[in-house]
Amino acid sequence: MLLSQFLVLAAALFAFGIYGLLVRRNIVLILLSVELMLNAVNINLIAFESIWVSPEAIGQIFAIFVITVAAAEVGIGLAIVLMIFRNRKSANVDDLNLMRW
Amino acid sequence: MLTRLAIIAQEGEHNEILAGDGGWWADTAGIMLILPFVAFLLILAFGKKLKHKGGEIAVAALAINLVWATVLLLMNASGGVLDQTTFEIGRIGSGLVFELGWVVDGLSILMFFLVNFVGLIVFVYALGYMKGDVRVDWFFAAFSLFAGAMLVLVGAPNLIQLIIGWEGVGLASYLLIGFYWEDIANVKAGNKAFLTNKVADVGLILGAILVGVSIGSWDFGAIDFAAFEGAPELAAVASVGGLLFFFGAMGKSAQFPFHIWLPDAMAGPTPVSALMHAATMVTAGIYLMARMFPLFEYMASNVRIVMIVIGTATLFGVGLLAIVADDIKKVLAYSTVSQLGYMMTAIAAGGYTAGMFHLFTHASFKALLFLCAGSVIHSVHSNNMSDMGGLRKFMPTTFWTWVVGALALSGIGLSGFWSKDEILATMGERGLDIVLWISITGAFVTAFYMARATFLTFFGTYKGDGKPHESSRILTVPLVILAVPAVFAGFLNIPGLSLPRLGNYTEWLAVRLVPMGDPHAEAINFGLAAIGLGAAILGVVIGWLIYYPDAETQLERDSFEIPVLFPLLRKKYYIDDLALGIVAIIKGPLARFVDWTNTYILDLIVNGVAGLVKGVGVFVYDTIDQRGVDGVFNGLSAAVDGAGSVVRKWQSGRVQQYAAAFVAGALILVVLFVFVLI
Repeated sequence: MLLSQFLVLAAALFAFGIYGLLVRRNIVLILLSVELMLNAVNINLIAFESIWVSPEAIGQIFAIFVITVAAAEVGIGLAIVLMIFRNRKSANVDDLNLMRW
Repeated sequence: MLTRLAIIAQEGEHNEILAGDGGWWADTAGIMLILPFVAFLLILAFGKKLKHKGGEIAVAALAINLVWATVLLLMNASGGVLDQTTFEIGRIGSGLVFELGWVVDGLSILMFFLVNFVGLIVFVYALGYMKGDVRVDWFFAAFSLFAGAMLVLVGAPNLIQLIIGWEGVGLASYLLIGFYWEDIANVKAGNKAFLTNKVADVGLILGAILVGVSIGSWDFGAIDFAAFEGAPELAAVASVGGLLFFFGAMGKSAQFPFHIWLPDAMAGPTPVSALMHAATMVTAGIYLMARMFPLFEYMASNVRIVMIVIGTATLFGVGLLAIVADDIKKVLAYSTVSQLGYMMTAIAAGGYTAGMFHLFTHASFKALLFLCAGSVIHSVHSNNMSDMGGLRKFMPTTFWTWVVGALALSGIGLSGFWSKDEILATMGERGLDIVLWISITGAFVTAFYMARATFLTFFGTYKGDGKPHESSRILTVPLVILAVPAVFAGFLNIPGLSLPRLGNYTEWLAVRLVPMGDPHAEAINFGLAAIGLGAAILGVVIGWLIYYPDAETQLERDSFEIPVLFPLLRKKYYIDDLALGIVAIIKGPLARFVDWTNTYILDLIVNGVAGLVKGVGVFVYDTIDQRGVDGVFNGLSAAVDGAGSVVRKWQSGRVQQYAAAFVAGALILVVLFVFVLI
């Protein structure tokens, strides 16, 4: 079976996501990294479902849920980013340090 | 509503007299107790707008009452009436019941009749007497209250209601004695009457508590039965209780030395004096003694010695005071005290009928005499006999009715003769020789001072200002009406005589739950009657010899004088001064001593306790509260504050730092799950 290949692909995507999340300073790229991590999980879910088929198709349903949540998350995230950029002429996370003690 | 007591009496278990229950009239007799109070309220509300300032309401109330009283009197005379109606108001624990209601028996019916009859006549008289006076509406309101309180008293089926009426009578008398309160002396007279009565009232209240708690009931019927059957729980307290009741009666009935309030009580309007002396106030004490008579007859017979001594001292000693009084109303007041002494002595000697009979006749002729005096005062505008004289020609109706009253009081022929003779006969029968002779001497003194008052007022020449005139008909008609019982009331109880269908006074009065056991003379004791009559006539003759010349020649003061005795009498035996002295001691040294005790002993204790409490308080605040409790809270908050100042540094605001921490945590969990737990 090709399960191991799918898992490797997913792990790689997830690692890239984490890397982007921690290293990139542009908020839009950070959001893209989060999307990468979510899709890595989706790949995992579909891969396991294709081998251990369940009558209720739990893996696929969960993948659909994750896609839905990701779409909503990106919508809200991009709206916030847009408003921040309009107000501060910057999309750099290092400039966003107001929310602290 | 027929109670247990009346039922037993009907079966003749205790009293041989077969009595009816009075039917509808006895069941509704309570209306007599209520109507005067209704009148009181109505007069207060509407009195000012009426023609007679509310007097017509007061008269109407008593007129309705008199219908009931008369019907009951006739029913009682023709067959006996014995009934009791009570309503329970409350109870103490399971035993002592507090009830209000009315008792209808021979004694209370006579008092109902007396109060309403004399009251009605005096009220009508007051309509004329008070015309144009100040606060007439208030006068009639208080007058109604006076009569109503007395009816509550005489109709009381138990001691508690009796005390309510007793205090009500005291209150109304206080209001009426001090009626002309613009003059401070009248206010003081009211205070004196009220306070003297209050001192004595303590006895009544203590007696009521003692007897009530002992036998478990305040009901007169229960007390009567307990006394008659010799109940041991009553026997234990009978002497003390009897003494306490007598103490209370001494105050209301002005027995020596509590008589001091009665002459001062003349400060009120004359109709008040008439009512107070005849029917409503001073008779209350005698009534109490008669109501409690079984207690004294069957149990507390040792108290009688005290009662006889005080009664005798009153009838003779206070009677003497009337000889030197110049105020015509005070002469009558002292004579009332003296007659009350006769009644008290008679009841103490076992003469239940004799005492109550004298009360009955005395009410008619003493009310008559007071109303005559009022008529004279109305005309002369002075209370003093030195301002009168010769009024016989100016005021014939008043004069003749006065003579009837004076003869009756002196015991010459008219009603007073029969009742006083009955008292003397009772004393003779009981073997009280010394008391008997003092009483006969007292009869002489009575006749003497009444002769003096008559001669100084109505004979000789007029010494006052202006021209006196006969009073208007509204004043003289009541005099004539009252003169009738003053003449004939005595025939109701001539020994051995029993009126057809009506019987006699003795039989009326004997309608009680238990037999009274007082002696009845079957025939007239002619010897004793002759001695009594002789003493009275002697008094009149000597009075005529001494005071007739005084009335002719215009003297400021009586020419007749007995050294030592008369000055002593003018000082009223110094008893008023003694009473004032006792009050002064209470007000002066005793009050100062109490004040000193208060300042130096009680305050010391109070201050000490307060200081102790304050010290404890300071310790608690400084040590426990400030250091202990506050320390705990301060330490806790300092710890939280310190922890916070360290932890808050972690919140840097750098999103990727948070993400790094999150990833690190996730990695740690992964390592933990993969390599350690599995």
